[in-house]
Amino acid sequence: MPTLPTVTLADAVAAIVMLALNAYVILGGADFGAGVWDLLAVGRRAERQRAVIAEGIGPIWEANHVWLILVVVLLFVCFPPVYARLSVELHVPLVLMLIGIVLRGSAFTFRAYDSTGSAVQRHWGRLFSIASTVTPFVLGTCVGAIASGALAVPAGADFTARFLAPWTSPFALATGAFTLVVFAFLAAVYLTVEARDEDLREDFRQMAILAAIGVFACAGLVAWLGSRLDGAVTGALFTGPLALPLHAVTGLAALTAFAGLVRGRFRLARAAAVVQVSAIVWGWGYAQYPALIPGVHTVQSAAAPAITLKLVLIGLAGGAVVLVPSLWYLYRVFKSEAASAFVRVDTAEYRAPK
Amino acid sequence: MTDLLAARGQMAMSLAFHIIFAVLGIGMPALMVLAERQWIRTRDPVWLDLAKRWSKGTAILFAVGAVSGTVLSFELGLLWPRFMEYAGAIIGMPFSLEGFAFFTEAIFLGVYLYGWTRLSARAHWWAGVAVAVSGTISGIFVVFANAWMNAPTGFRVVDGAAVEIDPIAAMLNPAAFSQSLHMTLAAFATTGFAVAGIHAWMLRKEATSAFHRAALRVALAIAVPAALLQLVSGDLSAKFVARTQPVKLAAMEGHFETAARAPLRLGGLPDEATRTTRWSVDIPGGLSFLAFGDPDAEVKGLENFPESDWPPVAVTHLAFQVMVGLGTLMALAAAWVAVCWVRKREVAETRPLLGLLALLTPAGFVAVEAGWVVTEVGRQPWIIQGVMRTADAVTPMPGLVVPFAAFTLLYLFLGVIVAWLLWAQIVKTRPDPAHPIRRDV
Repeated sequence: MPTLPTVTLADAVAAIVMLALNAYVILGGADFGAGVWDLLAVGRRAERQRAVIAEGIGPIWEANHVWLILVVVLLFVCFPPVYARLSVELHVPLVLMLIGIVLRGSAFTFRAYDSTGSAVQRHWGRLFSIASTVTPFVLGTCVGAIASGALAVPAGADFTARFLAPWTSPFALATGAFTLVVFAFLAAVYLTVEARDEDLREDFRQMAILAAIGVFACAGLVAWLGSRLDGAVTGALFTGPLALPLHAVTGLAALTAFAGLVRGRFRLARAAAVVQVSAIVWGWGYAQYPALIPGVHTVQSAAAPAITLKLVLIGLAGGAVVLVPSLWYLYRVFKSEAASAFVRVDTAEYRAPK
Repeated sequence: MTDLLAARGQMAMSLAFHIIFAVLGIGMPALMVLAERQWIRTRDPVWLDLAKRWSKGTAILFAVGAVSGTVLSFELGLLWPRFMEYAGAIIGMPFSLEGFAFFTEAIFLGVYLYGWTRLSARAHWWAGVAVAVSGTISGIFVVFANAWMNAPTGFRVVDGAAVEIDPIAAMLNPAAFSQSLHMTLAAFATTGFAVAGIHAWMLRKEATSAFHRAALRVALAIAVPAALLQLVSGDLSAKFVARTQPVKLAAMEGHFETAARAPLRLGGLPDEATRTTRWSVDIPGGLSFLAFGDPDAEVKGLENFPESDWPPVAVTHLAFQVMVGLGTLMALAAAWVAVCWVRKREVAETRPLLGLLALLTPAGFVAVEAGWVVTEVGRQPWIIQGVMRTADAVTPMPGLVVPFAAFTLLYLFLGVIVAWLLWAQIVKTRPDPAHPIRRDV
């Protein structure tokens, strides 16, 4: 029997960071993806598609966004050197991503509350959707830069080699595209469940199928480019003991989601899409483990003192007691089947751009 | 512009921008739930109209506050990676707890804003209360972390590294209580005076408007106690700074020479070159009394410390004068409101008071900004008082003037839009008592 690896305190905290990142991807990521579909909405039903999108993310996007803040905070508390290093090396893309985050959130809110005229609202809508598209791509290039081991920059590297090259490599750019289509895929799948009108549901179904194919293509591209990188970085993804089960889960979930979409079983497709994307996130974590920044820091080498980690774990447990029921309540009010049957008399006036 | 200066400029600009939204994000939900409570009790549509308007304002302010806060959580590392690498593990507690408070706030704000027709009146009101409470708690935790930079505790420095870390002691550092109390009261006073000022101004034109009277009453209900208590809290903070950051106190007061029976200087312009503060009005023994409770106490002057440890004296002193001056003015206005209320049970009839309140609309914001200048500039050249210098914390990334310019333009743009939206959507639209509401579906 293979011996079980010992799980340290730092491992536990790193797993929680991954969990928070996972939550951000499947919740916050989908909100960005919805913005992508706002940008791509065409045809007679474009405005109605945009209305469903706005209605779908309106009550929840701010809460979903906090997962990212949780990831950042956990990183700088529990793995301070990792946070510091990423902030230095990825300064340029992180600034771009922040500008995207600011414009996305502000423009979405301005569109909702600016009832001065449809032309102005259209401008806000356009800004919201462009920012929703650029931001996940840039976030993905950061992930690509980390995963490819490109942040282990040799001392004395010039500006381009140090601050631009790592996140603009083919692998990083492909990871950016992959992130973008994954977010768009999640959004389209969720929207098939949330649309209450058959025509719109069919629109979102087609978008979701298109995105699913895009996810498949980008995954292939990332895997191919990854296999050409230094083997130490991505090796575990193909050869590690958990590689096969991870790939099996991802593949099975992807097939289920696709079949669900094709056959109109949207709730099943949604559940499968969540599993599929979560498996991708954990696959990345697994491929890198125990490195947090390959070639620079591992979970152990970067971990804060045990007392800090212990207190954070206690704090997280206490926080979860408040957070979990609150989140459950939020989703029950706005996302349960019973909730979607309600007529929104009051909010409709400033929600749907006409 | 050096990279250090650009980094400091970007941080200062980002905080100055965010703090407006943070302050309103604490104060507005309180106004909103107070108004909704009146609506539930009286079913007078004026209150519902107010609650809805304020909730729209809260929605806009919260969204911009949340994204600018996200920027700050990254900027700590983008600009000051060495500070975060050093301090992250020590001051992580308040930041983690703040994360949860902020999470709760965002969740219940979604429930509140989009739940008018989906929840019972009571459940909806409690969602608003959750927003107000968690927003306040979230602000307190952030100030705890800032307080630690002024009064760093919970670790020992051995060979330049922090050891024997005690995150609880760091969170509950000696500055935490006085600073967070001061900031929280400032948030309520600022929001209250800003909203009261707008409606006081409107009441000078439409003296009988029930809508503006109701709004004024709720706004003053939080502004008056906060502004009066702020006098006590300010005194507490000053005494604390006197004990723990004597250099900062000396800069705040433009106090160069160590002296017993030190005077309190009102106004004046400190000159570092000649080590004098000119054109101030001095109250003999005032500083000694306020700092140590004894008019004859000795107060250390800047001369006691090496110049390399001095903060920019003129900026710190002037900012302090502005903060204290406006705080005093707000407290006097609050006292006048209280007297009017006790005598006549109505404030809206006293026109000169309405005029003063209208004038004080921006006072709280200016005082808050000035107060942050005092605490941040007054701590320079340190990023962690006595432990790490700001210059040693900055990122090696070159060309920092570019992100500084980018974020400045971005925030200018957002600031103009938000101001315009609040004006056009919330203040200027006519009150509509016949708002179509279906609360009981």
